[in-house]
Amino acid sequence: MRLLKLVPDHTNVDFMRWRNLAVIVSSLMTIAALSYSAYRGFNMGVDFVGGQMIRVSFAQPINVEQLRSRVDQLHLGEASIQEFGGPKTYQIRLPKPPGGDAAANIAATKTKAMVTADYPGARIDSVESVSGKVSEELAENGAMAIIFAMIGISIYIWIRFEWQFGVGALITIAHDVSMILGFFAFSRLQVDLNVVAAFLTVVGYSLNDTVVIYDRIRENLRKYRKMAILPLLNLSLNETLARTVVTSLTVLIALAVLMVVGPEVIFGLSLAIFLGVVVGTYSSIYVSTPVLVWLGVTPDSFVKSEPVATPGVEKA
Amino acid sequence: MLDFPRWKVLSIWAIVLIGILFSIPSLLPPSARQHWPSFLPHSTISLGLDLAGGSHLLLEADLQDLTKQRLQTMEDTVTSEMGRGDPTIAVSDVSTSGGRISFLVTDPTQVDAAVERMRSVTQGVGLTGTRDWDVGVVDLNRIVLTPTNSGTQEALKNAMTVARDVVRRRIDPGGTKEITVITEGSDRILVQVPGVENPEELKRLIGQTARLEFKLVDLAADPQQVQQGRAPAGSQVLPMADGAGSMAVKRRVMVSGDQLESARQGFDQDGRPTVDIKFNADGARRFGRVTQENVNKPFAIILDDKILSAPNINEPILGGNAQISGGFTVQSANELAISLASGKLPVKLNVIEERTVGPDLGADSIHKGVVASLIGTAGVILFMLITYGRFGVYANIALVVNGFLILGIMAVFNATLTLPGIAGFVLTIGAAVDANVLINERIREEHRRGRKIIDSVETGYREAMHAIYDANVTHVISAALMAYFGSGPVRGFAVVLLIGVVTSVFTAVFFTRMLVALWLRNKRPKALPI
Repeated sequence: MRLLKLVPDHTNVDFMRWRNLAVIVSSLMTIAALSYSAYRGFNMGVDFVGGQMIRVSFAQPINVEQLRSRVDQLHLGEASIQEFGGPKTYQIRLPKPPGGDAAANIAATKTKAMVTADYPGARIDSVESVSGKVSEELAENGAMAIIFAMIGISIYIWIRFEWQFGVGALITIAHDVSMILGFFAFSRLQVDLNVVAAFLTVVGYSLNDTVVIYDRIRENLRKYRKMAILPLLNLSLNETLARTVVTSLTVLIALAVLMVVGPEVIFGLSLAIFLGVVVGTYSSIYVSTPVLVWLGVTPDSFVKSEPVATPGVEKA
Repeated sequence: MLDFPRWKVLSIWAIVLIGILFSIPSLLPPSARQHWPSFLPHSTISLGLDLAGGSHLLLEADLQDLTKQRLQTMEDTVTSEMGRGDPTIAVSDVSTSGGRISFLVTDPTQVDAAVERMRSVTQGVGLTGTRDWDVGVVDLNRIVLTPTNSGTQEALKNAMTVARDVVRRRIDPGGTKEITVITEGSDRILVQVPGVENPEELKRLIGQTARLEFKLVDLAADPQQVQQGRAPAGSQVLPMADGAGSMAVKRRVMVSGDQLESARQGFDQDGRPTVDIKFNADGARRFGRVTQENVNKPFAIILDDKILSAPNINEPILGGNAQISGGFTVQSANELAISLASGKLPVKLNVIEERTVGPDLGADSIHKGVVASLIGTAGVILFMLITYGRFGVYANIALVVNGFLILGIMAVFNATLTLPGIAGFVLTIGAAVDANVLINERIREEHRRGRKIIDSVETGYREAMHAIYDANVTHVISAALMAYFGSGPVRGFAVVLLIGVVTSVFTAVFFTRMLVALWLRNKRPKALPI
């Protein structure tokens, strides 16, 4: 059987040739994504701003405007109604009422009563009601987890490799996270707890590629002491390219299936991870690797710290 | 590489078989589970509320309510302590404003005695010698009682312990349902009830403090003053539950819900729903005595500081049975009966987070999740097969074994599978082969450089290990943080990812290495099909 080789043997792409262009593009994109996120904000779900969200499956397709006016008649503040997963499924978002927790309860109850009375056969799929206090805590915890993950992984890379690699990892994660933030700000997809889980996964997975490439760079730095840094980085990238492509594809296959046939509730989570894998694959080549050049990684970077290990490595 | 001792082969197979064995009960439909032999493992993965359907409620103690209650109790204590003979201490201007109690001792020579009496009723907290109230004197004869921080914390702790039990009894009077009621932090209770049809009823049951009190109506009160909310000393003005005005009642509690033996929903002679209560021996005695002394006077039945009704005492009620009416429906009478029977909540609880998922949506999610897992696995398997041939087959066997191992480990720890957990599972399938991709690519590379077959395989596994190790640690860091900071469903996602990292290293590295070694040893291939 002839096996599929997406990356032919002896591939030799001069990745580093475009590194300046790539860095300019990446920096501009990162700045654009962050400023757009800051300017436009996110479509935060009830998890992070409080309020209620009710998901309803109707027996037959309904007139959205009619539903909207019926919800408005309940005078529960500015409601938002969105289709969710199909023409018969809708999600009704209600803002946090000023009257506190008891009022929130009443708002959800009223809405449910209206739906069951006006739309026979409608099914209340889920109700989420989050108070302002809890939503603040959830948002804070989510942000903390992402920041700690970024720092924790960078410190780990620093300990396992060298400080330049730790900094490179941190910049890479920051780049990837900014991109996805920008995407969520742009697409207006709802940011909920699941999306935070996706961000953390992206932090882990985007680093997966980077670590594999860093690992090869370290190996080659020890092996080819006389090689200049740019050809060495190119060599390492090419040697790991087949693996980068195959692994990214398997993960993307699994995620694409999840997005297409999986449960609607976790579509946002799957999409965020899917994008994270795409962005992470790009950044492991064009963000994490060029950074090492500016931070001055040379073959000596490893010799100094591990003088004992060097002879064995040279022999291999 | 070929040196793969028999004990290693056996132990790897043993781990794989045990893992599969543990995963099977979770995969069987409930009906088939009964036929599963009892000597085999039978713990299963539990489904999160987002898959099984049910309600998740986070309740928070109302600290203001607790503080108010403590002040009231202390105020009563002040009155009774000072009113005790030998000799009584005359006090005036008792106030609870500003979150503390202060009162004037009329006779300045009695100030020290009053302080002494108040000190004796405060209680020590913990081992540090702190009391639950600070007793101080200002302006020579004014005594001020301030609740201490540790006293408040202690009171909260005690209240939460009681509240947790009360909540459990209210939701599940029979003690038969699989519900979760746990305290979180210092002032919260997490309630999870699977398969609940009506979360509103649940919230009503928990939302009611159910403090039932019987007090005499103060007939001497001036109706005009009562309307303005003012009551004579020793009395208080309380609103009627139906909103029709208010009434002055004596502060002294005749008998309270603490002295109940049982409460049931019943009907009065006109067929209207009521709550029938029965006092315990002590309560019955007190109720009998007070009704005897107050025949032909009205008394008020008060629930959570609202007057339900104020019937007249026609004759002494001696048997300890009473009937509460007050415009109930059968359902609300039933709910009140359950609440009364389970005891009053020591502190008011507010619902600060609710997540309810209908059983249909949950079943739909499971179905779609399973389909996605199967198609995703099939896609990855096909891709690995056409990319790596024989080595892809090994990776695929490892992948399937990995799936079983994840389920098996989750079942052993009785872990909860949530909807994001399904995503974690599918993602793990995609990522688990990464170790094999690293190994196989490295083998290809080493072989291309001219190494012999066995040498290539050996070097491939050895060199790939560094990258596999580092890459997996990054996953562990992010998944561990997710498990630590995340709540419910997200934690379920993190748990699956964490387990997946561990099992995938085992299957992708040790298990495939064994398969490859056995093949190389038995077949001695002339070419490397990779």
